Amino acid sequence: MKIIVSILLTALLGFALSIFFPWWIIALAAFVVAFAIPQTPWKALLTGFLGIFLLWSLLAWWISTANDDLLANKISMLLLKQQSAGMLILVSGLIGGLVGAAAALTGSLARKL
Amino acid sequence: MRFVYLAFAFLLTIGLIIVFDTRKVLPAPLGRLLSPQHGIWQNAEPSDAGFNEDLLLPDLQDKVDVYFDERLVPHVFARNETDLYYVQGYLHAKFRLWQMEFQTHAAAGRLSEILGEGPEGRILEYDRSMRRLGMVYAAERSVEEADKTPESKAQYEAYTKGVNAWITQLKESQLPIEYKLLGYSPEQWSPLKTALFLKYMSFDLAGGEDDLEFTNARDFFSKQDFEKLYPYLSDSLKPIQPNTPESPYPASAAMDLRRPADADSLYFRFPAGSDSITKLPPYQPNPENGSNNWAVGGTKTRSGRPILCNDPHLGLNLPSLWFEMQLSCPAFSAYGATFPGSPNVIIGFNEDISFGFTNAGRDVKDYYEIEFQDETKNAYRFNNEWLPTSKRVEIIRIKGKPDLLDTVAYTAIGPVMYDNNYRNSEKNVSNLAVRWQAHEPSNDGLTFYGLNHAKSYSDGVKAIRNLHCPGQNCLIASRNGDYGIWQQGTFPAKWRRQGDFVMPGTDSAYFWKGTIPETENPHLENPSRGYVSSANQLSADTSYPYYTGNVFPVYRGFMVNRFLDTANNLSPQDMMAMQTSNYVIKAELSRDILTRLPVEKLDDRLKKYFEFYQKWNNKADPGEPGSTVFHLWWRELEQKIWKDEFSRANVPLPWPGEYVLIESLHKDSAYAWIDDVSTPEKETLEDDLLASLKTAADSLDKLSAQNNLDWEKAKDTKIRHLLRVIDPFSRLHLPIGGGKGIINATGPDHGPSWRMIVAMTDGIEAYGVYPGGQSGNPGSRYYDDFVDHWVTGKYYRLWMMKAGEEADDRVKWTMHFRKA
Repeated sequence: MKIIVSILLTALLGFALSIFFPWWIIALAAFVVAFAIPQTPWKALLTGFLGIFLLWSLLAWWISTANDDLLANKISMLLLKQQSAGMLILVSGLIGGLVGAAAALTGSLARKL
Repeated sequence: MRFVYLAFAFLLTIGLIIVFDTRKVLPAPLGRLLSPQHGIWQNAEPSDAGFNEDLLLPDLQDKVDVYFDERLVPHVFARNETDLYYVQGYLHAKFRLWQMEFQTHAAAGRLSEILGEGPEGRILEYDRSMRRLGMVYAAERSVEEADKTPESKAQYEAYTKGVNAWITQLKESQLPIEYKLLGYSPEQWSPLKTALFLKYMSFDLAGGEDDLEFTNARDFFSKQDFEKLYPYLSDSLKPIQPNTPESPYPASAAMDLRRPADADSLYFRFPAGSDSITKLPPYQPNPENGSNNWAVGGTKTRSGRPILCNDPHLGLNLPSLWFEMQLSCPAFSAYGATFPGSPNVIIGFNEDISFGFTNAGRDVKDYYEIEFQDETKNAYRFNNEWLPTSKRVEIIRIKGKPDLLDTVAYTAIGPVMYDNNYRNSEKNVSNLAVRWQAHEPSNDGLTFYGLNHAKSYSDGVKAIRNLHCPGQNCLIASRNGDYGIWQQGTFPAKWRRQGDFVMPGTDSAYFWKGTIPETENPHLENPSRGYVSSANQLSADTSYPYYTGNVFPVYRGFMVNRFLDTANNLSPQDMMAMQTSNYVIKAELSRDILTRLPVEKLDDRLKKYFEFYQKWNNKADPGEPGSTVFHLWWRELEQKIWKDEFSRANVPLPWPGEYVLIESLHKDSAYAWIDDVSTPEKETLEDDLLASLKTAADSLDKLSAQNNLDWEKAKDTKIRHLLRVIDPFSRLHLPIGGGKGIINATGPDHGPSWRMIVAMTDGIEAYGVYPGGQSGNPGSRYYDDFVDHWVTGKYYRLWMMKAGEEADDRVKWTMHFRKA
């Protein structure tokens, strides 16, 4: 239950902060949630990752679907050298997730201090 | 220990952010780019996006309504002109901001600032060439000149405010995708940027010359050979103004055009040899920049009213150079192609007249060799005196590197483009000042302002008098039946071959002798033959008393006139067929030459290709291998005939014009260049035909192996994104025919950038299409949605919307601009 709440909170806070701040504000969102909700460092890492991964990949998927994958197909050619909107969505989620994971781990360790 | 873990996790987080926010580790800032709320995902426009909006903006005087049709063409209705140009600026920025700024950066020699110095320093080299040519200097002077005309000043300021209204409210997430990919942000717009854009068009259209190459050729060839290789009067020439009793040329020049007394020894010194130029300007406008335009009078049309047609041939890019729109206010309603970066409709029509342009291609850029007093370059010799120079320091910012300071000396002739810091030869230093008409202060934008407002043919002619550079063949047709064409611009009055070579800069005797009086510029109005036309050919034949320059294409003009001479009862649909015609007149005129091929000597491989050619109908249509054989064969034949002599010069020489070989062989079957001077044998034309077909066959074999023998595949037309390196933003391998010297002048990356046909009936029946789309955003379905239509030679009906038609089905979205 705590895991699900953490994931949802991370995603929600990340979304809200991103309206006003640069992209890296997702790190703060993951950090704050991990700091506030007591979890083991490994679980925090997982929830931070999943929270931002889901936020970014679902948003990207939503935007890309409305766009008929027109731009994602072009950008995936440019960045990944293959035409795959799905891959670009996945890579987006992974990059956000990595930052979220590291920040949540930091938050959880800071809490323990 | 816990503290160590924490420190590690913290540093890891910061590290990841740095890796994904900068280009220090990865080639792209992936976090910044792929964040769905900030990066490129924000540029993915929903395919069912709407464009309805209510806007409150501070600088408006009154309300403005904009109606978009299903092609996203805005029809702007304003209550005064200031608001009209404000909204035009706003809409240009909304749909095309990145390209507007990129093009003005290119004009100002500022690309290194955003792109870095480039592979082998090529981008920096380009920037330096634009700076040293004085592009910014020229733009600054034209802003000063425009400020003297109240309408222009008000127009440019309103337009600037409109662009800036868009830029100011832009959030990072809304930036055009190119800014995100390259990592920079837009600057504020200014009237100087509009001037820079217009100067870029001057550079593109009146900045080309081959003076340095021709100087090399003069130093290498004998006078007789030179005249044979570079004749400027072609047998196929149909001048824009024929010299007839109905439209006679001026009997004599308005000024003394005798050449300087020492010209034979100082200027026409064939072959002198020693001090040839080995390096040419690193970036030259595409020599194919040109266009077709023609207007037929009511005597030749079904409706009894004139029809005007225009297709400007320019580099094919995405986002397109053009943006289609309608501008309406109480004073006028104009529709057509606009330049993002400048106010007004540029090629289009209003309710009374239509207007179009082709490039005059006159040589208004000449080089003079300067003698400096010493290496300080503070003084130069002129008419036996030392005159002071002025200096302009160009500061070139380079991404990732320290600034480059480049000092350019300015003389009364113009900037000294080449000197010891910017050399045109590895061997010698020569100081070459450039005299360019685009440096003269002029308010050329007033031309379009006037044409948009014009109520009659004569208003239109008054408007084009403001055009000084780039010189254009201005075509105007009116609803009351008048039509005509004027080669308009400030053209230097030159003696024969003046400025074809580098001129001595120490003596005013070599200066331009003044300006050709405007009324003596070539023109033709309501002629009895029933049409006027231009296609960048020589505007007048050699009985015209002024020298008009040396490099001109002839074949498109020949074909246009051949069609129109016999055509009657014309409709807009006939004009479409003509604009998209792929007939290769050069193939027709050269058939008697190529069929002298000794067929008995052909092996099976060559026979196959020759049969393709024999069966071919002279049309460069898609699916025609014969066209591919012809074009490659002819290119190799030219190489076979001239390359052996030309390669001995070891310096760049101009290649002879498209008509030279055909006409030379028709006149002289023992044409001296046929012989290959590198072999002991004496070659005949038949030998050269066979040898060149063999060489061509090697290329044809390669094409054939890749299944690319059909003309459209061999030619491989593409529309590249302006950055040229982003293939996914480009449209490649377009199945379209046409090519050089063909009315449908679609080359590999160059061609008809806006096809327009306007029948001057009441209410105006107009058609048009350009190879692009209204949106500059590669993530929008409006980015390239006209391309397929353009490829297949189709047109859109252009809708000049009237007040009261707001509820028309064609209106899809509405933007309301209100004063804040």
